[in-house]
Amino acid sequence: MDISLFVIQTLNGLQLGLLLFLVASGLTLVFGILDFVNLAHASLYMVGAFICASLTFVLGNFLIAVVVALPITGLIGWAVERFVARPLYSRDHLDHVLATFGLILVMETLAHIIWGPQGIAVPLPAWLDGQVALTETLVLPSYRLVIIAAGLAAAAGLFWLVNYTRLGMLIRAGASNRTMVGALGVNIEMLFALVFAIGAMLAGLAGMLISPITEASIGMGNNVIITAFVVIIVGGIGSMKGAFIAALLIGLIDTLGRAFLDDIFKLFMTSDAAENSAPAISAMLIYIIMALVLALRPQGLFPPKVR
Amino acid sequence: MKRTFSAALAAVILAGSAWADTAKIGFVTTLTTPAAVIGNDMKNAVDLAMEHLGGKAGDHDLEVIFADDGFAPETGKQATDKLVKQDDVDFVAGYIWSHVLLASRKSALDAGKFLISTNAGPSQMAGKLCNENFFSTSWQNDQTPMAMGEVLNKQGVKSLYIMAPNYAAGKDMVAGVERTFKGDVVGKDLTKWGADAQLDFSAELAKAKASGADGIFVFYPGAAAGAFVKQYQQAGLKDVLPLYSVFTVDAISLPKLQAAGFEDILGSKVTQQWDPSLDNAANKAFVGDFKAKYGTYPSFYAAQSYDAIMMIAAAVEQAGGTGDKDALRAAMKAADFDSVRGSFTYGNNNFPVQNFYLREVVADADGNWTTQVVETVFENHQDSFAADCKLP
Repeated sequence: MDISLFVIQTLNGLQLGLLLFLVASGLTLVFGILDFVNLAHASLYMVGAFICASLTFVLGNFLIAVVVALPITGLIGWAVERFVARPLYSRDHLDHVLATFGLILVMETLAHIIWGPQGIAVPLPAWLDGQVALTETLVLPSYRLVIIAAGLAAAAGLFWLVNYTRLGMLIRAGASNRTMVGALGVNIEMLFALVFAIGAMLAGLAGMLISPITEASIGMGNNVIITAFVVIIVGGIGSMKGAFIAALLIGLIDTLGRAFLDDIFKLFMTSDAAENSAPAISAMLIYIIMALVLALRPQGLFPPKVR
Repeated sequence: MKRTFSAALAAVILAGSAWADTAKIGFVTTLTTPAAVIGNDMKNAVDLAMEHLGGKAGDHDLEVIFADDGFAPETGKQATDKLVKQDDVDFVAGYIWSHVLLASRKSALDAGKFLISTNAGPSQMAGKLCNENFFSTSWQNDQTPMAMGEVLNKQGVKSLYIMAPNYAAGKDMVAGVERTFKGDVVGKDLTKWGADAQLDFSAELAKAKASGADGIFVFYPGAAAGAFVKQYQQAGLKDVLPLYSVFTVDAISLPKLQAAGFEDILGSKVTQQWDPSLDNAANKAFVGDFKAKYGTYPSFYAAQSYDAIMMIAAAVEQAGGTGDKDALRAAMKAADFDSVRGSFTYGNNNFPVQNFYLREVVADADGNWTTQVVETVFENHQDSFAADCKLP
């Protein structure tokens, strides 16, 4: 096999994995700490992408648009927490699912009304729109490297925030025993709202980063939210470390499966059969992994220590 | 006097209800999900056709009922069932997607309704599953890529990489280009499709580039088109791996690509049975009025939908209403109406026998990106499945 192609595909897998991590981390944060199932996480991903796309045309630069769109998405996340999630914390998970599913429909219809059905193609600044040659044969679109860098930076920032700051300490404490944290005089409502807003910003960031590759479109979140749920189930629900490792794992498996499965199949079946079965199997691959994890280790690969 | 008047009025009303019956057309397309951008274009074209007709086919009123297929076969079938059973329509038209049409065909045909595809042309329905009450105002899926295969041969392309979505039409498109292309197919990827379609093609584009092919053939309709073209440009493949596409670069994707400045697409070649620049009176009226009313060029989806309404209206008028099914069928089979693609005939399987053109992406006089005809690739081309169809 061609080594440089393998390296390129690994980097592609890494990029997909990091995007998945951005979505899954918010999901697992909200679920792990707030014990709230937020299906509408996908809508925040879409809303982030749309806001950023509109701002790109207003401000004329994609990067500035991302910087401006992030706090706006956080604010929308805060509003969702305040008006939809907060009244439902004491209810059971089915109510969360119903309410946030309704929220998906509301947000998608709003996006349809505001931005129309056609979606928005997001232009990149010229210096990001080219390619970077790592070696003679190793040429990657430069924007893919930006996604990898941004994803790693966000992951590092999150790791630092959760493990080495006072806020992170409170978040971890809230995750273990929220009543006790409240009794110690911490404003738990404020803390939860903040966590929710951070989750929204992470999802929004993922949507913003993907939109120059695909586009900002209605329903774009549905593509990613199911995979994100697979990630947090494989990683262990509520675990940040689990989400990170599982996201990279799923990203790599999915990309490498799409890239090399037909070649592998061709070793032991006819070319026609390989071409027909490889796309089907590679689409199933991540779900097969999830089923295996659920069967052998239902708590996930890295379950959080205290729950 | 008064009495005679009311008697006359009653007679008029009676006469009116006796023969000016309403022809009902159900129109199934995608009005939700990102693919709604195609459905809206088709709906706009149907509305324009109704406006041009004044809502009438001769003495008979026309009524169109729209239904949404949600980009899913099961929803499309439900929408068809509702139109057939509840609304009791005379014609079921529309259908963008081959898998939706295949799932819905029995609902319409078993109830004795006329089924008219204004886009999808699955190979099955051109061959073994052909039906006397099914008509197409578009093409059989394989035909457009077959024309592209012919273009590739002429341009001296020796090796080709192929990418398409993994569903009924995607497979037909691949089969079509492979049927006429004489060089080697060095690689092929079928990607996930549907409401959660794969839109990030990094792995596939890396493979395509590494394959060293002379060109890449793709079929990515609707929202996926923009995503593909952008990643193609970002990967810097224009000079290494020239793009040959069908149903991907069209009036739906071009305005968006223009707004985002993806200049690499100018000059790109596509094949099609219709083009806004085709020189006939019906097309001029259609394209001109469509642009005036909606501000954009109509897509081929719009052109085919406009044709379907015009064909139904002509058939209803010629058959004198919807009562006589045999007369209606014969009238549609004659295709005696002013099609925006110019005149065409129907083959035994009720798919058009028509010309296919090579088109190039250009900027028009106002600077808007559109396509124009370069040359005719096939004249009066019939699909390859007509022989499998038992209809005479």
